[in-house]
Amino acid sequence: MSLFPFSTRKTFARGVHPASNKSTAGTPIRRMPFAPRILLPLAQHIGKPAVPIVSVGQEVVRGQPIARAEGFLSVPLHAPADGVVEAIELRPSAKGNWVETIVIRVYEASTQEVRWSEPRDMDALSPQEILQAIQDTGMVGMGGAAFPSHAKLTVPKERKIHTLVVNGCECEPFLTCDHRMMLELTDDMFRGIRYAMRAVGAERAIIGIEDNKPDAVEHIRARLPADGAITVEAVETKYPQGAEKMLVQSLLGLKVPAGGLPLEVGVVVNNVGTLALLGRLLPAGEGMTERVVTVTGPGIKKPGDYWVPLGTPMRTVLDWAGAEGVSEREIILGGPMMGQAVASLDVPVTKGVSGILVFDKLNIQADASRKTYPCIKCGECVNACPMGLNPSMLGMLAGGREYDLMGSQYHLGDCFECGCCTYVCPSNIPLVQQFRIAKGILRDRAAA
Amino acid sequence: MVAKQPHLELRTSPHVKRGVTVERIMLNVVLALLPIALFSVWQYGLSALALIVAVTLTCILTERMFNRLGSQAGSLSDWSATITGLLLALTLPPSFPLWMGVVAGFIAIALGKALFGGIGSNVFNPALIGRAFVQAAFAVSISTWAPAYAPHRFSEFIPTTFTMPFMTPADIADWAKHALDGFTGATPMARWKFETYFTPAQDFLSGAATASAGETSAILILLCGAYLAARKFMDWRIPVAVLGAAALTALAFQIYNPERYPDPLFVMLSGGLMLGAVFMATDMATSPVTPRGVWIYGAIIGVVTVMIRYFGGLTEGVMYAILLGNALAPLIDQYTQPKVFGERAKVKK
Repeated sequence: MSLFPFSTRKTFARGVHPASNKSTAGTPIRRMPFAPRILLPLAQHIGKPAVPIVSVGQEVVRGQPIARAEGFLSVPLHAPADGVVEAIELRPSAKGNWVETIVIRVYEASTQEVRWSEPRDMDALSPQEILQAIQDTGMVGMGGAAFPSHAKLTVPKERKIHTLVVNGCECEPFLTCDHRMMLELTDDMFRGIRYAMRAVGAERAIIGIEDNKPDAVEHIRARLPADGAITVEAVETKYPQGAEKMLVQSLLGLKVPAGGLPLEVGVVVNNVGTLALLGRLLPAGEGMTERVVTVTGPGIKKPGDYWVPLGTPMRTVLDWAGAEGVSEREIILGGPMMGQAVASLDVPVTKGVSGILVFDKLNIQADASRKTYPCIKCGECVNACPMGLNPSMLGMLAGGREYDLMGSQYHLGDCFECGCCTYVCPSNIPLVQQFRIAKGILRDRAAA
Repeated sequence: MVAKQPHLELRTSPHVKRGVTVERIMLNVVLALLPIALFSVWQYGLSALALIVAVTLTCILTERMFNRLGSQAGSLSDWSATITGLLLALTLPPSFPLWMGVVAGFIAIALGKALFGGIGSNVFNPALIGRAFVQAAFAVSISTWAPAYAPHRFSEFIPTTFTMPFMTPADIADWAKHALDGFTGATPMARWKFETYFTPAQDFLSGAATASAGETSAILILLCGAYLAARKFMDWRIPVAVLGAAALTALAFQIYNPERYPDPLFVMLSGGLMLGAVFMATDMATSPVTPRGVWIYGAIIGVVTVMIRYFGGLTEGVMYAILLGNALAPLIDQYTQPKVFGERAKVKK
């Protein structure tokens, strides 16, 4: 222990400290039963949608591939339960649009047993074969971005990776799924880390955990493998500590170039939950059929972390976790800082959903009653932006529709929409929301 | 069962906010100014009280009037007009005729704020616009000083307080001499400039030095500023930069000629520098937003203040120094944009 614990905390510059609200951290992960109908959008990941390989009326068993990957940047889908394919049709997605979805009517006798697997000897695989095996699991980054895991772990030939950074920060308030997985799936996690290290050719791995989870740090430290290749480090509890570039800076002191990837400084970052699940799925030769989701918020009676079968509709999850009787509410997929509100209870849990957060009437009214002022140039956003941007200036330019200037002079492209600026703004200006729109407009202009 | 068609709120992230609002920041500035205002009432009595109330009310009513004229929602609840009024009153001499105070308050809000589009849009500190106007318009009254701790200050007004509009204010020299023995009617700054008399530091700290209503106790101003800075409602870097730059400049001059130039402590404590550095230069709307810009802005104000005091025709320079800093703030921002995380070195073409 250092004499000056604060000065030695590993961290990055700026950022914010929202209330953590992680009340579910102490409760073990529970299982959620199957919904009568499961809805599996073909595009649950970034990249090309999967292509169905089952037909309507066909019986499927839990774990069976039902859609194949379309090219490299795509992943297959697996049936999360025993049942029959009822339809392949358009259904509402979390984004609000309707997307091609495989609907499975679940047999009442469906069990948790995975009936479709091909156990394999992981030690015999080459890095290339490991990547292929990862793609076959259908795994995507479970922190929220849903980027295909095998693509994330694919390193261009000219790059040499020295460190795998395992992201166990879970800096979003309310969420505890990574925390629970680190505690309960520790061996799986170590296994997953080893596979990922071999895939990227890294000599060592560092697990970065925010210091509001000392139990996880201690738990992992006590079980670290003897060869010393894997270490664990506590980092300051500060949002957005779990952003790739911030975590690489905190742990290794390396600055990922603007507009670049961690690859460029010899680092690959992966979410701890993703690696834990990979460590479980890869040797068993199974596909991804379920994930851990934090169901919490003021509008939930039985908050906790749950193993939720993919495709379970929001309605079923909320019924199970006790959200009945609340008529006016906001349902957020992910954490409160970057999560997305959903417009329909028929939206299913997909691979990238880390949390389901329910705010009730009181929270909504408190926010809606707040007045919006012009920018008073207090500079709070400048002091909060982890990317070193000037949100105050960007906001004024957005107000004047100077989108090109925002991109060319004020580094709009470096904004990763963490929301710190909006979080601190005393004038209640929807800064990051404006930036999202501006980025969309610039993308459209570039494409035109 | 969940109701079939619940009302689902749709918003974009972030879904939580810190909860520090404009109203809360401004209200805290008002609270921090109150002890200073009370101390000035304690020192100068009824006249100071009347001046503070008159100027603040004028600012509030003017803001309300412009809300009406512009068919806008009321903007009084943000407290910013109240701050302008309090600050403006505290920079005026306690003997300042009330009607002139009303003019100052109206100009502050009308020309200093409403003309630019209200809160956040003003280029200059509104209180200082008001003061600059009356400094030019009523040159005598703004440099007529009344003694502190006059014995009858809670039972009688200073004779000039109720001057009728457009009438010449009464000469208060006789009244002042009668009220307090040995009162010269000159500020420490003027006495230094014209008599090379160095007022001792304890006079500034006790409030015994002749000054504007709210400029007499450096310690109280610092304490109130420290409260705001500690609660993060004020950027501490600005007063540190202003006072630091002023002190360093003064030190350089003192080393050059100790007979002629006062010590840095005198420069920091005298006149309006402390009030200006803590409460006026820190006005959010008129100061830079970038971290480096804030230091440069503060330093410019500190240096210019000393330069005006030493070489200008006026005895006091804080007001013009801050107005100059306000004018430069957008330019400073322009040249001190923060460095983007992981910015690549510019490739020469």
